[in-house]
Amino acid sequence: MLMGLFNHWVVIALMMIGLYIVIAHGNLIKKIVGLTLFQTSVFIFYISMAKVNGGTAPILADDIIQYSNPLPHVLILTAIVVGIATTALALSLVVRIKETYGSIEEENIQDQDNQTFEQSNSQKDSKQEKQA
Amino acid sequence: MDIVINISSGLCLFVGSFLCLSGGVGMLRFPDFYTRMHAAGVTDTLGSAMILIGLMIISTGFLVFIKLVMILLLGMLIGPTTSHVLAKAALHNGLEPQLGHEDADNKETTSSNP
Amino acid sequence: MINIVILTLLVVIAIAIIRMKDLFAVVMLLGIYGLLSASFFVAMDAVDVAFTEAAVGAGISTLLMLVVISMTGRREITTRHKPFSALFVVAITGFLLIYGTLDMPYFGSADAPIHGHVAPRYINDSMQEIGIPNIVTSVLASYRAFDTFGEVVVIFTAGIGVLALLSVVRRPEDPEQIAVINDSMHERHLVIRIIAKILIPFILLFALYVQFHGDFGPGGGFQAGVIFAAAIILYTMLFGLSTARRVINQSLIRLVAATGVLLYGSVGLATLLSGGNFFDYNVLANDPIAGQHLGIALIELGVGCTVAVVIIIIFFNFAARREMQLNNKKQHQDKKNKESSSC
Repeated sequence: MLMGLFNHWVVIALMMIGLYIVIAHGNLIKKIVGLTLFQTSVFIFYISMAKVNGGTAPILADDIIQYSNPLPHVLILTAIVVGIATTALALSLVVRIKETYGSIEEENIQDQDNQTFEQSNSQKDSKQEKQA
Repeated sequence: MDIVINISSGLCLFVGSFLCLSGGVGMLRFPDFYTRMHAAGVTDTLGSAMILIGLMIISTGFLVFIKLVMILLLGMLIGPTTSHVLAKAALHNGLEPQLGHEDADNKETTSSNP
Repeated sequence: MINIVILTLLVVIAIAIIRMKDLFAVVMLLGIYGLLSASFFVAMDAVDVAFTEAAVGAGISTLLMLVVISMTGRREITTRHKPFSALFVVAITGFLLIYGTLDMPYFGSADAPIHGHVAPRYINDSMQEIGIPNIVTSVLASYRAFDTFGEVVVIFTAGIGVLALLSVVRRPEDPEQIAVINDSMHERHLVIRIIAKILIPFILLFALYVQFHGDFGPGGGFQAGVIFAAAIILYTMLFGLSTARRVINQSLIRLVAATGVLLYGSVGLATLLSGGNFFDYNVLANDPIAGQHLGIALIELGVGCTVAVVIIIIFFNFAARREMQLNNKKQHQDKKNKESSSC
């Protein structure tokens, strides 16, 4: 049982490490790295599901009887390239956040947001007082 | 004939894997960046070359042989280049090589002329 | 056996990624992680996937992250609050997932449910129906062509998103200044420039081989696109953004990206107009097998164009943004210096 399920457990471990990084770390780049880990763990899961003992790569040849399952390979092949495209989109958002806030740490960004919120509130209050 | 091929290929593979292993040990045990890079450089030129030559000897078919030769050429071209670039980048960013056990006042004179 | 070694190494690297505070080291570890998972995919017989992951995970994604780190700073600030709640959530989720795996079929068993359904048909009949040896390509480009069309559109959209977020208005460049920068770079990077000049044509040739040999061996549009983009990115890094911009016309390659998607879609439309289903290539030629060959070659070409160009566009925009930030900083400093000297 240990050998039979080892792959699945490693996948779960990697997935949880990715999830932990996304939850516990405040740095946006680190969060994207965590998401990438999570994503890759899913890839590893699919590919290890596709493996058949004694099978070979799914490229047809005359003297081969057993092939691994090609369907998960197809799904993951496209998912990897889509993954890099979406990661690039996330990274470009991080670049814009850095330009606007001067920081990519979640706490700093939140502090700045709170400050601007309070400022706009106090401005509104003063305006209302004037009107009154 | 068969036994000669097998033994020579096995010998090449053994030497290659030994070099790779020693490169790994060197990465862990050498004191500074430049010496460590020397260990890595040995691994990816001579180590991988010996393994590829060992595989070439037992390769079946011309196409496999040619592919292995191409990988070898590529490795020979890229390995030294990466080592060179890494060392240059380290030097450019002001990382100084450790030169033996010297006194503090000797150190300044040795490190000033790279 | 080798898969257990590789998987254990993957876990070790992932734990190291959690503990590292230096983002540069984190990104390098992520590159190693990508390469290791590519070798795991080879051990699992997924050669096409390994190809892609080696080019994307170890190459392009590492590079993009490094560019971003050079813009945003490489230190992570230590968080003040304790991560116990996160640990708790992760532990509970992990435990539940492990409990779920107890009913799963064992690794490598041939009678697992995943090997039922459509997989036997792909393996047994694809030679008669599609006529190409690489089953992955025939599933990707023919059986599941509609799905792949969606993926290509997603990639294209991500490219548009990056353009919308990062593209900067370019000022006309001073050719003298470019020459000066070029000369200084030439001195500093002589060896790697010469080696790259030798290698880049071969990388491009290899990308074309992967593109057009994808029917018979591992390869196809996705892999070829990524490898092609990697060659262009190597050129850009070594010879400067402005030189690369002269070689590769920005508005032209945007057109190429759109043309790739258009080509893919119009193959589908052509099959509809010829009286078949959407992406049913049998009707494209008199002989169904020849029709399949034609259709697969065309849509792989579309995929290759779109993927290559989108990745090139993404890298160019990141690099241009970085250049702009550096220029702004320089101008700012120059102004400050002038002010202080005038005082």
